[in-house]
Amino acid sequence: MPEVTLVEAINLALGRALEDDPDVVVLGEDVGVNGGVFRATAGLQKRFGAERVLDTPLAELLISGLCVGMAAQGLKPVGEIQFMGFIYPCLDQLVNHASRIRNRTQGRLTCPMVLRTPHGAGIRAPEHHSESTEAMLAHIPGLRVVMPSSPERAYRLLLAAIRDPDPVVFLEPTRLYRTARGELQDDGAALPLDHAFVLRKGRDLTLISWGAAVKETMAAADALSAEGIAAEVIDLATLKPYDESTVLGSIAKTGRCIIVHEAARTGGFGAEIAALIAELGLSSLLAPVIRITGYDTVIPMARLEQFYMPSVERIVIGARKVCQFS
Amino acid sequence: MASRRLNQDLPVIARFEVRHRNYLAPNGSINRPLPAFAADADLLISLYRAMVLLRLFDQKAVALQRTGRLGTYAVSLGQEAVSVGMASAMREEDVLLPSYRDNGALIWRGVKLEEILLFWGGDERGNCFSGPVHDFPFCVPVGSQAPHAAGVAYALKLRKEPRVAVCLFGDGATSKGDVYEAMNFAGVHKLPVVFVVANNQWAISVPLRLQTSCETLAQKAIASGFTGEQVDGSDVVAMRAAAEEAVAAARDGKGPRFIEAVTYRLGDHTTSDDASRYRSADEVQARWKEEPIARLRAYLVAQRMWGKADEERLASECHERIEAAVERYLATAPRRPETMFDHLYADLPEVYAAQRGELAGEHDA
Repeated sequence: MPEVTLVEAINLALGRALEDDPDVVVLGEDVGVNGGVFRATAGLQKRFGAERVLDTPLAELLISGLCVGMAAQGLKPVGEIQFMGFIYPCLDQLVNHASRIRNRTQGRLTCPMVLRTPHGAGIRAPEHHSESTEAMLAHIPGLRVVMPSSPERAYRLLLAAIRDPDPVVFLEPTRLYRTARGELQDDGAALPLDHAFVLRKGRDLTLISWGAAVKETMAAADALSAEGIAAEVIDLATLKPYDESTVLGSIAKTGRCIIVHEAARTGGFGAEIAALIAELGLSSLLAPVIRITGYDTVIPMARLEQFYMPSVERIVIGARKVCQFS
Repeated sequence: MASRRLNQDLPVIARFEVRHRNYLAPNGSINRPLPAFAADADLLISLYRAMVLLRLFDQKAVALQRTGRLGTYAVSLGQEAVSVGMASAMREEDVLLPSYRDNGALIWRGVKLEEILLFWGGDERGNCFSGPVHDFPFCVPVGSQAPHAAGVAYALKLRKEPRVAVCLFGDGATSKGDVYEAMNFAGVHKLPVVFVVANNQWAISVPLRLQTSCETLAQKAIASGFTGEQVDGSDVVAMRAAAEEAVAAARDGKGPRFIEAVTYRLGDHTTSDDASRYRSADEVQARWKEEPIARLRAYLVAQRMWGKADEERLASECHERIEAAVERYLATAPRRPETMFDHLYADLPEVYAAQRGELAGEHDA
């Protein structure tokens, strides 16, 4: 099987979707001739034409609003926002329209759109290029929020997102675009949305993460294994709606839980998971649930970003603490 | 203007113009030769009937609101010609993207009065209406439907369908980036879309002079690369004529158009507003002389197309139709609370089944 990077997997999924379904269109800034600032759309305009793979004016609100209009007319638009820091003008469209046009019209109009954007720090990018504000999006009823962490999940979840009849925000881990590699068959098969993936089985401790931070979480599980701690690792993958039963099933087994995310702590999605466990998994708990996250600061620029992102070391220290609790 | 004199030797590289369209003077007399369709008495009378129905319906809706049987409601008083004139030039297969003050367009396109009441009465089922299935519901966040119109028009063009998107909004919306971003994109791709601003002079309490220093709103189309026309929006003949031309041009692949319908909001912004807080009774009184219904009636009567008996018959027909709709509205069975989950997603994710069940149980208890 050929080995691809995560961004190549995204490109394959987009190509596959455009090939399979004439209603799919790809739109965004520089997605055409240039193939996207990360090359996620490389070659697509040449293959499918400038009508279906179109460069938009530099206007993010427009991109999201166009997607709503196109989707209500039966197209399946896949919009690209160059960096998550530029997604905020889209919030009005996501909150007021994309996520609720089905409900507002009681199913008469629907919004099968995908809005893709790279998220997260770690590539020494300029200011406003390193955001992880997924919790803000996961708070919106009617929306789906999907965050893949490997080439295979990126490919198969993006296909699922495009085929889904409802709007999906698809957040791609910038620093894994070219560092995450894996074997992938471009066979058009999707993975289910709303479904968490157990990446590693373990009996002592559950580590829950998503997006880019899955990488450090897996590395921490390796390190803990050397210390005799068997950590189970869950990639949540879909944050909205999320797979509560996989989370609770794992906690019932391990009794210990650490949530790892790159986003700032307060009001982060880890708080939601901790609250779920407190409500429905309390009797299984052998130790407090802890969060290893970005700090409640503005995401620092390149020189300090490595200190902001959850490190393998911070996760391992947290895990030891949780495992020693009695 | 020393700098202007200083630069007089620089060449002019572009000139733009904005035209104004009006046929009927406020007293119903003719200012310039009428367009061809005006020879069709039935059409003019249907426009008249639609405006009268809208005004009487608005009156009833306000009465319902004042007696606690309807939520906040936005009347079209004074600007009935805009939504009615625009809708009258559309085909069923065209796509309407209305603002919350465009009841007239929805009614023209077949939305039932009781469905409009249901919406303003706080029930989403009012948006699952009997009008064209592809039409958008009322847009409440001002101007945010303009990008949808561009997206719809892009889809129509991509599929080579001879259909047009028509997007209505108010003067306040022209201050928003949404509207400019949408118009700019529509210009780039020569999309089959008509943007219409009902310039009724007031965005709640903010007058037009605080929205913009532009001489016209129509000129905002120039920055988007297409034609903007200013129309007397209280002259339904002018509205219909401008709409016909713009919709036909869009349908023929000539790209987008922008219509500034200059009119006046004679009523409050909504039933929650009190316009006497920010504008004088004298101003409003003066504007009553321009309103579209009396204007068209004066023309029709002068042409012997309409008389007192017609007026009386129309009033009683409208009254019957409105009363019957109100009855159906008031008799609409309420939704069960748990149905708030039913159109959240195509299929309710399993994880929300418990919340839905909780709501269903509470209701039964």
